[in-house]
Amino acid sequence: MKLFRMLGRSIRDAFKSVIRNFYLSLASISCITITLIIVAVAIIASLNVENFTKEIEKDLTIVVFLDNDVTEEEIEDTEKSIKSLTNVESYIFKSKTEVKKQMQEESEVFNTVLNNWDENESPLKDTFQVKVKDVEKISATAKRIEKLNKVSVVRYGEGMVDKLIVAFSSVEKVTYGIVLALILVTVFLIVNTIKLTISARKDAIEIMRLVGASNFTVKTPFIIEGMILGLFGSIVPVLITTYGYLAFYKHFEGHLFSPLIELIKPEPFIYTVSLIVIGIGILVGMIGSASAVRRYLKI
Amino acid sequence: MDLIRLKNVEKKYKNGVTAIYDLNLAIEKGSFVFIIGGSGSGKSTLIKMLYREEKPTKGKIVVGGLDVGKIRNSKVYKLRRKLGIVFQDFRLLPKLTVFENVAFALEVIGAPKNEIRTKVLKALEDVGLKNKVHNYPDQLSGGEQQRVAIARAIVNDPKLLLCDEPTGNLDPDRSLEIMKVLEQINKSRGTTILMATHDRETVNKMKKQVITLKDGHLVKFKQKGTYTDEAI
Repeated sequence: MKLFRMLGRSIRDAFKSVIRNFYLSLASISCITITLIIVAVAIIASLNVENFTKEIEKDLTIVVFLDNDVTEEEIEDTEKSIKSLTNVESYIFKSKTEVKKQMQEESEVFNTVLNNWDENESPLKDTFQVKVKDVEKISATAKRIEKLNKVSVVRYGEGMVDKLIVAFSSVEKVTYGIVLALILVTVFLIVNTIKLTISARKDAIEIMRLVGASNFTVKTPFIIEGMILGLFGSIVPVLITTYGYLAFYKHFEGHLFSPLIELIKPEPFIYTVSLIVIGIGILVGMIGSASAVRRYLKI
Repeated sequence: MDLIRLKNVEKKYKNGVTAIYDLNLAIEKGSFVFIIGGSGSGKSTLIKMLYREEKPTKGKIVVGGLDVGKIRNSKVYKLRRKLGIVFQDFRLLPKLTVFENVAFALEVIGAPKNEIRTKVLKALEDVGLKNKVHNYPDQLSGGEQQRVAIARAIVNDPKLLLCDEPTGNLDPDRSLEIMKVLEQINKSRGTTILMATHDRETVNKMKKQVITLKDGHLVKFKQKGTYTDEAI
């Protein structure tokens, strides 16, 4: 009961302080707002990159072409060897007849061409399509498969896709770095704001201590004040990300530059991002004010 | 019974100055005691040690059963809730009304609203300011402001009221007003009052116990004492 009463008073005092030091509060709220906008954009970008990378990784397959003269037994041996590799997640086997049938169904031209070849002349080969667990080790796995008996060629989209993934993963790392740096800057800003409100309320704090307020009572209003600043600072970024992303998604019709790069669908994505942004705002406000209280109240 | 007991208390500040030397004292519950002495005699240091703003370097201080020197910083509030403290410079919050200033002392220790109202009004009545509850400190005279500060100090019914030169900023008439209020509190509430002062007239008029300090040493502790020149 008493705890709720004290908490209620702390919240009331925190709001009062935000309003009384209006311009100071406004200054730090604007700083938090700007930071959080950048943070939100970075989060959206990195989540999209991550999503896109995962999509590509999902599609990434090692295609193993077997020699023309391969026998049933040899196919089984190869299958066993592929199965025993640690990085292999799954695989399917497609015989040349299956491939032929598939190609014939796909196009009329293929159909006529393929019909001209008999079984021995056919350029088609039996294949394994292998999916890996760790895409970064895909070339090593491909090399090991290549050494297997009766394997003629191995293809895994080396080159272009590989480079794209590397590029995107470094983009991701850089955005994480920027987000982290910005959060630190915001914490620093909040420390300074709370420091100023603490010095503005120095007399009140001194009297509180004289009449026997516990440390909890002295500290809590400032910590709540920081959280309020964080919350207020996250309102504009949330609106911008929500409506901004909706507009962005609509404008590009869900794809960026090419159909290959698919954007994350706005719902529930924007809600998640909004919650993350609000969470970061409040948490950053709390951490900033807590460290200011520790540093400048000396309790 | 003794409310305050000091045994071989010494206070040496970090800059090397010793403010109190080997002080032994016992102050009874319900008494009214003046601490007199010139500047630098150790009056304020003694008061500060009693509410644990300063820690004694040596010796033991017991206030209302609490060993003051041993209280951790985070637990000082437990001692402070048993005390009321009044200063020369009033220390009121200018943006709060008289009522709010007094209520502040109860709000920060989590008292319920209706209890705050009754206690605050009672305390303001005791200091004769019931008709000024809605005024702000800057609308009051110095004497009235000091009475608000006294009301704030006694609102939580402390056992001990510490006053550090409460009349230092006031003219003789206002000082007398304050002294009457304090005497009344001492009588009606049974609050022990310890008052540091160098106001000769007040001490001589009141005829209470007097502790005389000089350069950090206890010179005299007399019942119904007067302000002697030894204290200067």
